[in-house]
Amino acid sequence: MATNVILPSLGFDMVEGTLSRWLRNEGDRVEKGEAIAEIETEKATVEIEAAISGVLTKIVVEAGKTVPVGTVIGRIAEPGETVEAAPAPAAPPQAPIPSPPPTVVPSGAEKKEIPPKPAEERVKSSPVARRMAHEAGIDLASIRGTGPDGRVMERDVRAAMETKLPPSERPREAGPPPGGTVPLSRMRQAIARRMTESKSTAPHFYVTVEIAMDEAMNVREQLNRFAPDEGKISVNDLIISAAARALTRFPSLNASYRDGSLEIHPRIDIGIVVALEDGLILPVLRGADKKPLKTIASEARALSERAREGKLRSDDVGSGTFTISNLGMYEVDEFIAIINPPEAAILAVGAVAPRPVAAGGEVRISLRMKATLSVDHRVADGAQAGRFLQEVRKRLENPVTLLVD
Amino acid sequence: MPLITYRDAIRDALREEMIRDDRVLILGEEVGVWGGTYAVTRNLHEEFGGKRVIDTPIAEAAIIGAAIGAAMGGLRPVAELMTINFSLEAMDQIVNNAAKIHYMFGGQIKVPLVIRTPAGWGQLGATHSQSFEAWFAHLPGLIVAMPGTPRDAKGLLKTAIRSENPVMFIEHARLYGLKGEVPEGEYTLPLGVSDIKRGGRDVTIVTYSRMLHVALGAAEELAKEGIECEVVDLRTLRPLDMGPAYESVKKTHRALVVEEDWTTCGMGAEIAARIGRDRFDHLDAPVERLGQVEVPVPYAKNLEALMFPDERMVADRVRKMLS
Repeated sequence: MATNVILPSLGFDMVEGTLSRWLRNEGDRVEKGEAIAEIETEKATVEIEAAISGVLTKIVVEAGKTVPVGTVIGRIAEPGETVEAAPAPAAPPQAPIPSPPPTVVPSGAEKKEIPPKPAEERVKSSPVARRMAHEAGIDLASIRGTGPDGRVMERDVRAAMETKLPPSERPREAGPPPGGTVPLSRMRQAIARRMTESKSTAPHFYVTVEIAMDEAMNVREQLNRFAPDEGKISVNDLIISAAARALTRFPSLNASYRDGSLEIHPRIDIGIVVALEDGLILPVLRGADKKPLKTIASEARALSERAREGKLRSDDVGSGTFTISNLGMYEVDEFIAIINPPEAAILAVGAVAPRPVAAGGEVRISLRMKATLSVDHRVADGAQAGRFLQEVRKRLENPVTLLVD
Repeated sequence: MPLITYRDAIRDALREEMIRDDRVLILGEEVGVWGGTYAVTRNLHEEFGGKRVIDTPIAEAAIIGAAIGAAMGGLRPVAELMTINFSLEAMDQIVNNAAKIHYMFGGQIKVPLVIRTPAGWGQLGATHSQSFEAWFAHLPGLIVAMPGTPRDAKGLLKTAIRSENPVMFIEHARLYGLKGEVPEGEYTLPLGVSDIKRGGRDVTIVTYSRMLHVALGAAEELAKEGIECEVVDLRTLRPLDMGPAYESVKKTHRALVVEEDWTTCGMGAEIAARIGRDRFDHLDAPVERLGQVEVPVPYAKNLEALMFPDERMVADRVRKMLS
């Protein structure tokens, strides 16, 4: 059975996407799970994977076109299957006797199999630079070449990879000049639009809690002492775990306000804010309430890495139900975040820092962390927010609960 | 390991093979009583006698023709051409007989012949300073070895003498006095295997024969600036083993071929073409070549000195490739 390749939805609000490029050509063999095309949305560039193994018999939507979600963009046939839609081999010329090639390219029908090459500017680049850029999914045109005549060299691609921007967001120049006007990237435009929408439609209120993190840090240190680097657990992993488990008891905070009713989401999918050079992206950790801490840690790490490398897959982003934003690494005490619509709440987390606290009639030093929940008042009230934060706090202050659940 | 000269290493190889196999004989101009123009065959005439170390007339076509006949008849001749410049006199024998007889007689007859001859320069003027290795490497049917160290010279010559195929064994006039470590006792090295003589990550220098030492000297200089060159010694020009150079280019993304010959249609052209085809996706810069100036070699010492790549020229080219 041939299978249609369709433009997937990458979020509640995605209506269309741009097919930025095909990674496979018509007639190529593809393996199930292999990336075959890249699409660009307002949020990210993501890869579309082949649903079955077979041959990419037809490319329906050419690179560069923007089409609605659900559009058939290509077809994959199973091996051995004959598909009428397979591209016909280049038609032989009508004349039986080969004639010398015309000096003027005819616009006639016999030429139509060969689409005109887009009038792209040729970027001077070394072969290894081209290969590396292709493998990293970086557009060569976005890299400034430092070789002879501005040739893009291996070192330039390496430098571009190190900045770890997603390909679509790479600055055209070394940076915006001081003064002057710079057009917004698609990502910035999307952030501008969505945050304005959120603030103007969802009435926000904010509740802050201070959490004693001594126990959590202690448990984390013990866990990490014997863990390999890739298995280490971050403070954020503990927060994701605590918040996801707390959400199971507060379904209205894992919900969306829609046209006068409340849509309660069946799953708890936590969006993790990952900062990029020019914006941010929210990869989503699915079913976080059901995953052990170790799994949360490894998945969160993989998601962040893919996000920074611009290699998020289509199911990595979109359709989150709750978001956590952590600015602890910037030594921020506390901050308040804007809800990511159509979610009901977002948790803004500051740094873990030693602070003097009153306990048992004396002052002692404790590791504290402030977390602020922003809530859409249409779906929940202060009391629910307070009880939710109490639950999060209880779990983080008794971190053993995160290890056994 | 004992330190011996390139000359002594070659003589040891000849002597060991003559002891090992009494079909091995030497013939050439002044190779016997005089001991060879470059003293490579010194004392061998005394040790093995005039039937196995044969002085010939000054007639290169006759030397090679006789050697081919001897090889076809079952002997293992090692013919010496005083310099590679005189191979021109024997070209028909080498090209049309030595390289083709095995093929033309349907494999019934073999030509297990070695032609030893020095290439290179040294105040000998336009007609006596040439490097014709590319002419011979061009020919199917011929094996062409061109060792750059005493160890490689000995190991490869022993293998060449034991080979069933005609081998052009090209020495270098200015390497005969070079000392190097040579293993004690019996050893051989395979023909058609390149060797990495120095490891590095920044640029691959592919070279052979005397230019190996120029390249190594340049690499030493560049290392002081933090530039690490990987130096690949081809050792055999046909069959050409590109494996180590290919592996190296994967790492360095840049290659420079240094040869003593003129570059036009030279070994560097062949190597550059192969790297360009087989390692295209790994290159960060065009493959560069450095060889002698494309004029006949002048006799005047000061002009001659400007002819050939030296350490400074190699280092300059590498710096330019990295800039």
